[in-house]
Amino acid sequence: MDLAFSADAGSVKNANAAIEVESLTKCFRDVIAVDHLSFVLARGSVTGLLGGNGAGKSTTIGMIMGLILPTSGRVRVLGADMSRERHRVLGRMNFESPYVDMPHRLSVRQNLEVFGRLYGVVEIDARIAALARDLALEDLLDRPSGQLSAGQKTRAALAKALINEPEVLLLDEPTASLDPDTADWVRSHIEDYRGARRATILLASHNMREVERLCDRVIMLRQGRIIDDGSPEDLLARFGRDNLEDVFLDLARGRRQAQ
Amino acid sequence: MNSFSFDRVGAIVRRYLYLLRSSVPRALDLIYWPLVQMLTWGFLQTYLAKAPSAGPLAGRLGLAAGALIGAMLLWDILFRSQLGFCVSFLEEMWSRNLANLMMSPLRVSEFVVALMIMSLIRLAIGIVPVSLLAIWFFGFNLWGLGLALAAFFANLVLTGWGLGLFVSGLVLRYGLAAETLVWTIIFLMLPLACVYYPVSVLPEWLQHFSWVLPPTYVFEGLRALLIHRIFRPDLMIEAFALNLVIFAAAAISFELMLQNARRAGALLQTGE
Repeated sequence: MDLAFSADAGSVKNANAAIEVESLTKCFRDVIAVDHLSFVLARGSVTGLLGGNGAGKSTTIGMIMGLILPTSGRVRVLGADMSRERHRVLGRMNFESPYVDMPHRLSVRQNLEVFGRLYGVVEIDARIAALARDLALEDLLDRPSGQLSAGQKTRAALAKALINEPEVLLLDEPTASLDPDTADWVRSHIEDYRGARRATILLASHNMREVERLCDRVIMLRQGRIIDDGSPEDLLARFGRDNLEDVFLDLARGRRQAQ
Repeated sequence: MNSFSFDRVGAIVRRYLYLLRSSVPRALDLIYWPLVQMLTWGFLQTYLAKAPSAGPLAGRLGLAAGALIGAMLLWDILFRSQLGFCVSFLEEMWSRNLANLMMSPLRVSEFVVALMIMSLIRLAIGIVPVSLLAIWFFGFNLWGLGLALAAFFANLVLTGWGLGLFVSGLVLRYGLAAETLVWTIIFLMLPLACVYYPVSVLPEWLQHFSWVLPPTYVFEGLRALLIHRIFRPDLMIEAFALNLVIFAAAAISFELMLQNARRAGALLQTGE
């Protein structure tokens, strides 16, 4: 099944849409990384972008952020065309990825302060204190970012991603390389933030448990195309499986089609 | 909405100041090479001026008037302004922080202005103490050049920024593989800009290339001032006009490289 643009997704377009992706395509020379992708994410939704390595998840997120220019197609975030007017909405978005760091020799507090100023946060000290409390960073604030463990780094990166209380939060494998306890802790915080702020969250992940727990919609990608799209419950029912991992394996290996 | 913001420029400058403060060796490095250069050229000048065989030749070349040490200090202004601009930019590449910045509301123009300010700060840390030491060691007072120094300084810094912007664009597009250019590209100018000798020394065909470079006008202007006691505003105006063209070309090239990097997906892969 190849759902290029689901009817359900289309219905949330316009005023209620936080992210609109329309026929998005990205080619790197001869390689088609993303192939005519279309979806609309409603405000306040949490969507998982699932797929194996090279499925096009990070490229899609990169294009939504405006860091990668699409070969064709269009991305609108909070009503702004990201190829022409991204600066109109960048202050209302943020992102976190294990593949992007914060300067190692600056302390966590200094990094958060710099990003707070970039995002125009008014009471920076109070915001940093609140984030430090929420993310258990209080004892780490004055430590150089480069001296943090992987779990501490992720929490600091999440604090940076939340410094401006974004309406749209893009997370690229937010719990990659974390131990189960820390990963669970990070997921809880993402859930809390979504509940408190009604933020729209797009999450690229390999972790099916994470997606089942956090997301109310899952978009499955393979070779840059949407191969399925629906709520976790719908997908489980449709594939007759108990967990998303089995659904993913079915889709990735082309073992079964939806029932 | 979201127009140029000095607050965001200040945020980036603050980030680099934190970085400078965090490493004493790096801060010392800013003064180390200018000091070594100043001492080397200063002693060479002293030797040439005193050597019996140099005699009237040394006087005619104006060595006693500080032509060598003055040229060295001005060359360092050019070199350090380019390096200061590029090293701040490289800090973002080394720390894989560029995507965070490009994803933030920071505009490219604000980023570039912050890099220029940092270039001036880094330059001041190196050149001010060394120029004061040159008075103490060799009796050469760079500050005594007065308004001429301001004209020389402005033109050299503008060239440094233009070159810095161009090289940073290359690093942005091609990644840290192009980092070597940051440290070496300026030295292409060393023979052609006639830092330590007049343009007339070059073969005639090469002189045409030399006069395309704004620093050539500055170093000719320095020699005119030190040897003939004449300030040549015409040279400074020509250098400034050339600098405007070079800076505009560098800005266009940086923008093109940035678009290219966005097309290639390079902004998310800025590490080594």
